Amino acid sequence: MQPVVRVEGIRKTYGSTVAVDGISFDVEPGKIFGLIGPNGAGKTTTMECVEGLRRPDRGTISVLGLDPVRDVHALQVRIGVQLQEAQLQKRITVWEAVDLWGSLYPRPVDGARLLEQLGLADKRNAWFMTLSGGQKQRLFIALALINDPEVVFLDELTTGLDPQARRAIWELVRGIRDRGKTVFMTTHLMEEAERLCDRVAIIDHGHIVDVDAPAALVARHCPERTVLLTTDDGEAESRFRAIRRALSVARQGQRFTIRGEGENFVTDVIRCLAEHRIHVHDFRTETPSLEDVFLKVTGHSIRD
Amino acid sequence: MRGLWKLTWLELKIFAREPLGLVGALIVPAVLVVGLGRAFGGAARAAPRLGDFVAVDLPVLAALMIALNTVLSLVTIISIYREGGILKRLRATPLGPTRILTAHVVVKVVMTIATLIVTIAAGRRIIAVSLDLRLLSFAAALLVSMLSTLTIGFVIASVVPTARFAQPVGGFVLYPMLFLSGLFYPIASMPPALRAIAHVLPLTYAVSLLRGIWTGEPWRAHAVDVGALAIFAALFTALAARFFRWE
Repeated sequence: MQPVVRVEGIRKTYGSTVAVDGISFDVEPGKIFGLIGPNGAGKTTTMECVEGLRRPDRGTISVLGLDPVRDVHALQVRIGVQLQEAQLQKRITVWEAVDLWGSLYPRPVDGARLLEQLGLADKRNAWFMTLSGGQKQRLFIALALINDPEVVFLDELTTGLDPQARRAIWELVRGIRDRGKTVFMTTHLMEEAERLCDRVAIIDHGHIVDVDAPAALVARHCPERTVLLTTDDGEAESRFRAIRRALSVARQGQRFTIRGEGENFVTDVIRCLAEHRIHVHDFRTETPSLEDVFLKVTGHSIRD
Repeated sequence: MRGLWKLTWLELKIFAREPLGLVGALIVPAVLVVGLGRAFGGAARAAPRLGDFVAVDLPVLAALMIALNTVLSLVTIISIYREGGILKRLRATPLGPTRILTAHVVVKVVMTIATLIVTIAAGRRIIAVSLDLRLLSFAAALLVSMLSTLTIGFVIASVVPTARFAQPVGGFVLYPMLFLSGLFYPIASMPPALRAIAHVLPLTYAVSLLRGIWTGEPWRAHAVDVGALAIFAALFTALAARFFRWE
């Protein structure tokens, strides 16, 4: 299948600062693709090059088969854009914004229905400045969807929102994908990427470190699993040490932390418990997350 | 043209919703004219030179204040829009840069005309004018002057770092120009250095044009002024196009 977005070897510098260098990736149709990394890694620069808002110094970009700089007018009507930290006029009403945006495109969708779907129908006469953070972001989603685009670009969509508003936005983004559109998003929230994205590209210091489905990245870079359990069985420790894929067994009183590797490790632990009739009070597994993957592949935490 | 009129109409409405937006723009020049006219009007009977001021220079001053306020307001709006990412967001639509900025210029032209009408209505009893051809001519002269100064506004808006600096930097550039424009002090009696500066300031030509048209001189007598204002406009537009930042 032809990718919706193809980025090959782009480089962009601001003065003597290299923002991104040698970035390449593909975005497949009908998927949510996430560009993830810390602030300043080059996510927004990359996305704005793809949107045609910036011209890369080097490399090629194709979006829906078009060149974002040369074919900017043809592309603009086929993509939807939400920009990081953008505002609207303080005293523009929700409806005025949707109406203006709708008038700029040849085949807009029904603005009133869109507001309904995004839960903004009762805010249509409210000024932009009176909206909450979540409402503003939903309005920006509405503006990005008004032209029924094939690809939607969402840059740090949920930054600054409370967890509840964030979850509501995630549902909306899944809904966009489920209507057959491609979503290209950036986020510095690993949890968001893990829950929302079908594929992610990890970007750090202007370079792509790896690209894959979140689960595949975890399996590749952080195969270790941890089992935490509590037991008063005196034989337990030696039994645990005999488990084939166990890398380490740590004990604190009755609490054990068993680390191992591979998909079957947790099953092996359970089999060992069953085989030796070890009675446990508590059992819990820890699976690494994208956050751990990021730490592993970049050598630093995303929050640094 | 898609979107231009809609955006223009929207920006007008948004401007009208600003606290003191309309009142400030429409009323302040009128109050200035009436206040100064009253203050000097009585004294003018004793000193004929003051009479000239009320009859000629006060209308020109009021017109220029309208133009300068318009320019300052444009500088402020553009820098606020830039700081808030509004310009960037609009630019990511099919509207395009020219239409976004044109909408603001049209809003300013409309506001200038409205302010002029209010000011004339308020000053009618102090300065004898009739709604004749001369007044329309004067309005045209004001528009020419304002469009030329608006291009300075775009240059200022291009270089001010943040919206907080827009108003002071704009004032710092525009008001000294007013003092050297020959309105308060004849250029002929300025020291040579100041005279040289005055000749490269657009407001000097605007004052000459406005004064001439107000006193009934024909446009062709002021072809040099119009030409100079056009050259300044072209120059500043080129500068703004080179240095304008959208974010």
